[in-house]
Amino acid sequence: MQDTSGAVVAFEHVTKRYGGQDAAPAVDDLSLVVPAGEVCVLVGPSGCGKTTSMKMVNRLIEPTSGRILIGDDDVMRLPAVELRRRIGYVIQQVGLFPHLTIGDNVAVVPKLLRWKGPRIRERVEELLELVGLEPAQYRDRYPNELSGGERQRVGVARALAADPPVMLMDEPFGAVDPIRRDGLQNEFLRLQKRVRKTIIFVTHDVDEAIKMGDRIAILQRGGILAQYDTPAAILANPASEFVERFVGADRGLKRLSLGRVHDLDLIEAVLVRAGEQRAEVRVRLDRAEELTYALLVDERHRPLGWIDQGDLRGDGPIDPSAATPGAPTVEMETTLRDALSALLGSSVQLGVVVDERGGVMGLVSVDAIGERLQSPVRAADGQLHEVGEAASAS
Amino acid sequence: MDWGWIVRNLDEIGQRTLEHVLLTVIAIVIGFAISFVLALLIRRMSWLEGPIIGVSGVLYAIPSLALFAFLVPFTGIQNPLTAEIALVSYTILILLRNILAGLASVPREVIEAADGMGYTPSQRLWKVELPVALPVIVAGLRIATVTIIGLVTVTALIGLGGLGYLIVDIGYRRFFLTATLVGSVGAVLLAVIADRGFVLLQGVLTPWARRRTEG
Repeated sequence: MQDTSGAVVAFEHVTKRYGGQDAAPAVDDLSLVVPAGEVCVLVGPSGCGKTTSMKMVNRLIEPTSGRILIGDDDVMRLPAVELRRRIGYVIQQVGLFPHLTIGDNVAVVPKLLRWKGPRIRERVEELLELVGLEPAQYRDRYPNELSGGERQRVGVARALAADPPVMLMDEPFGAVDPIRRDGLQNEFLRLQKRVRKTIIFVTHDVDEAIKMGDRIAILQRGGILAQYDTPAAILANPASEFVERFVGADRGLKRLSLGRVHDLDLIEAVLVRAGEQRAEVRVRLDRAEELTYALLVDERHRPLGWIDQGDLRGDGPIDPSAATPGAPTVEMETTLRDALSALLGSSVQLGVVVDERGGVMGLVSVDAIGERLQSPVRAADGQLHEVGEAASAS
Repeated sequence: MDWGWIVRNLDEIGQRTLEHVLLTVIAIVIGFAISFVLALLIRRMSWLEGPIIGVSGVLYAIPSLALFAFLVPFTGIQNPLTAEIALVSYTILILLRNILAGLASVPREVIEAADGMGYTPSQRLWKVELPVALPVIVAGLRIATVTIIGLVTVTALIGLGGLGYLIVDIGYRRFFLTATLVGSVGAVLLAVIADRGFVLLQGVLTPWARRRTEG
């Protein structure tokens, strides 16, 4: 991975038992590698050992056997306190220090590392800006004066303060209401594009895992790794019945969330303007085999409505008032799931893809989105896999 | 009300007030030091909590008169040590309970965050847990101080007493109401001043806790 400040994190046969050797393991022989700069989501039902696995990375919990490596360092060979100062840590309840200002909260780890005053001030400023909190407005306030979402952003800034190569995030958006959660997730993904940390992210929410993860590790009760792969590969080919049930019966729809309109080959639209001759448009529409509709546009290429073959009978110019309005418009960045939903709601089942100024770029069809679901999926090992039978049946 | 007596005895009244304050401050300082050490001990060895709270509860329950009666044969009358042993033993239950309650009030996620970011155990105690516990600890100091200001008057029975001397030795024994009033009002004023003082101190030390109620 180019351009990353992250480090590889590797679990090697890691087992954790609470109690003696006979106790049932909380984490059972876990081996997985998180490439530098990627987000690995640990997901599973309660009691699957996802939080335990995460906390073994910064030794809040110590493994019974096996090794965890960050880069080339075995975490058990480093002093715990030193190790933790090199790992960002974000938890669901945030855990800001109530007696410190926002600025001092962000400065906590740099101070533990004995950075100089001016360097700390500069870094605090930079981080508050990075997470979208105006430093002059927030630096001197106390945590109890902030909203839940603002506090969580401070929590992320605090975790990033000493520029750690690895971040651990334990259900960071779990306490935020669903609407603001979506916003915080998007914001975090944009942030991650810039900082490129190696992130281990724990959640119990499959949808969040699919959205946030470059890779997903699905754990099942008893700390057994059920599948570790890209979200697309897991949704296309669940490794077991457990995974299939865990990701849910709407797996096909979830796969649609992974794709964007720009992943599709757009259909070229037959564009017509008011005043064009019907006979001429008939010829053009006949040549476009897939289409039975022409699209009426205004002088700036913005869609006005569909012209069907009935409107094209006879001679003379096109009558703009005959156009059927209501063509759904989507953008290149729209997820396929949202695009499909828009298309199914319209009578024509064609979507108009528009650019940021509203001009027509092409068309998408329900069929094209359906075909996309059948295309092979690239797994984490780089191999292409056909979509499994279970996937097409669902 | 004999105003002339008050004017003639201003020196005496001032002296007794100072003695009252001194007896109180010494009791609170020593009581806090002992309670703090006990609290840290209980943090390390939680099984000690029951026995220590039990003993300090018994001390708190002994009537002050009885305690003086026990102590005087060993430490003597008019000895501040006799008074302080009694006074300190009353502060411990209040102060210890509040220190423990303060430490227990630190949110779990704050402790987890401190551990996760690499605080050593002693850094966590001094820079996170105690500061966050401070409002509850100061509240304990406030209650203990007001209680002790009242109790100091009783030490008049062993020849000390601060303002209590005016109440008992002059007012009660010589049936002189003015002295009783001066002593009582003085003690109440001291208690009110101490109480307001701690409220102010609270606000200065923990601005973050005060803004919670405003916001």
